[in-house]
Amino acid sequence: MVVIALGVPQVVDQFGLLQLTIFAAMCILALSLGFVWGYGGILCFGQSAFFGLGAYAYAVTAVDLGESTAAAILAVLVPAVFAALLGYFMFYGRLSDVYLGVITLSVTLIFFNLMNSTAGDAYRVGKARLNGFNGMPSLPTLNVPGDPARLLDPTETFYLVMAFLVIVYVGLHVLLASHFGRVVVAIRENEARCELLGYDVRLHKLLVFTIGGGIAGLAGCLFANWGAFVSPNVFSLTMTSQIIIWVIVGGLGTLVGPIIGCLIMQYLATTLGTQQLANTNLIFGIIFLAFVLLVPRGIVPSLRALGARAPGPSRVHDPA
Amino acid sequence: MSDAVLQTLGLSIRFGGVEAVRGVDFTLAERELRCLIGPNGAGKSTLFKLLTGQLKPTAGRIVFRGHDITGHHTHAIARRGIGIKTQVPSLFDGLTVREHLWLAARRTNPAERARAITEEILERIGLASLANGAVGRLSHGLRQWVELGTVLAGNPELILLDEPAAGMTHDEVARTAELVREINRTHALIVVEHDMQFVRMIARTVTVMHQGAVLVEDTMDQIMKNATVRDIYLGKHGGS
Repeated sequence: MVVIALGVPQVVDQFGLLQLTIFAAMCILALSLGFVWGYGGILCFGQSAFFGLGAYAYAVTAVDLGESTAAAILAVLVPAVFAALLGYFMFYGRLSDVYLGVITLSVTLIFFNLMNSTAGDAYRVGKARLNGFNGMPSLPTLNVPGDPARLLDPTETFYLVMAFLVIVYVGLHVLLASHFGRVVVAIRENEARCELLGYDVRLHKLLVFTIGGGIAGLAGCLFANWGAFVSPNVFSLTMTSQIIIWVIVGGLGTLVGPIIGCLIMQYLATTLGTQQLANTNLIFGIIFLAFVLLVPRGIVPSLRALGARAPGPSRVHDPA
Repeated sequence: MSDAVLQTLGLSIRFGGVEAVRGVDFTLAERELRCLIGPNGAGKSTLFKLLTGQLKPTAGRIVFRGHDITGHHTHAIARRGIGIKTQVPSLFDGLTVREHLWLAARRTNPAERARAITEEILERIGLASLANGAVGRLSHGLRQWVELGTVLAGNPELILLDEPAAGMTHDEVARTAELVREINRTHALIVVEHDMQFVRMIARTVTVMHQGAVLVEDTMDQIMKNATVRDIYLGKHGGS
């Protein structure tokens, strides 16, 4: 991944580089759900809520301060804190999986409707007008910390996003190999047994959910920075279902899976979008159904099963 | 009360109209090995669920080493030092045998020590050769052993075993009995079991439960002679 990151700007034109930058940002988003759902066993239908919160937190703060460093930090903190609050009610309230799905999805759609109805001068945070469904255009993009005049150019942004992707990927691997991570996987396998061994299941799930929220927020920040634009569509049903499709296609219970699923589906979306051959959502729906029915474990776990006993770093954690 | 490991006072739980456990007063002494027997539906497993916090009693108290743990969370009770092997082995099917023991050992021990305990228990339960295999593929008898090992790795002060010999061959039952006696040298145990041969191998004091209440508490020999116990087991007037 590091080699690709360093080599790509040498061989790809500006447009391709921008494409890859957004792909990488979305891969971070895919990783967040891959972690929360694939390892934590928490089916979150509302991962885009944290993504959108991150994007808006960045947008509002960057406009108000005219400097992006604090904005980027808040873009991670705000969704993480929100995830912690939401998670507290869900996990400490002992809600079952189905309700978890319903609540996270509802929260996302509430944000979607809320942000859509913030058109007009009255809805502003400091200098930042929220602009309802029109979204917030011409956002300040990321600058070198402490120097608002020194903005990152597309190549630097690409390096930065790739660096974050690598950090998140490696960081999650390290986390999963730790005591905490192994308990998280054990909870996915059998909650009751974990409690009988003395592990506080609620606390572990809450932490997983919070970390996932923060990572999704980081992706939201990079997304808003990429287009210098954010609109309520970050909270839309399309957005939130896309993330689930990435993870399903790539494979639950792996970290590479969501990245691969995300890349394939994003590439498809871009290609279909430019050629206007068929409705993208229709194709996505068909692919989703095909995977659920035919390759329910997703690409990566299925390939691993085919490759029989191919040793992988996360072998012990994978459901066999 | 202070030299009792565990004490229940009038412990009861009611599911709708059924009182599954009725006013159970039960005392377990330091390093005691108690067998709990009784026909199906007598409330033995329900009592275990109450003791481990998986169910909350509707009345009564549970005192563990002088601390009232009534209504505490399952994980908090486990942290106090009560470990349980459940009736149907409760395991992490996707994880290996080694991972099970490690998870139990690591909660209370630093990494290095947890690894040592894991290897030690693997030897003790004779599953070293299967250590890296996923538990989901093991037979019921072996799963029993994995769960027993997992409980041991956590080194709880009080160990509850719900039908530890179920699904085992004759030799395995004998080995389990031996292991239980060995554990009892350092730990207090309560064992629920239907297999009378197994009970005879390990038991000193036996508590008989019937329809949610304690029927009688005595030595194994006395219990076997007890006419009422025989009646409820043979169903003379216990089937009602």
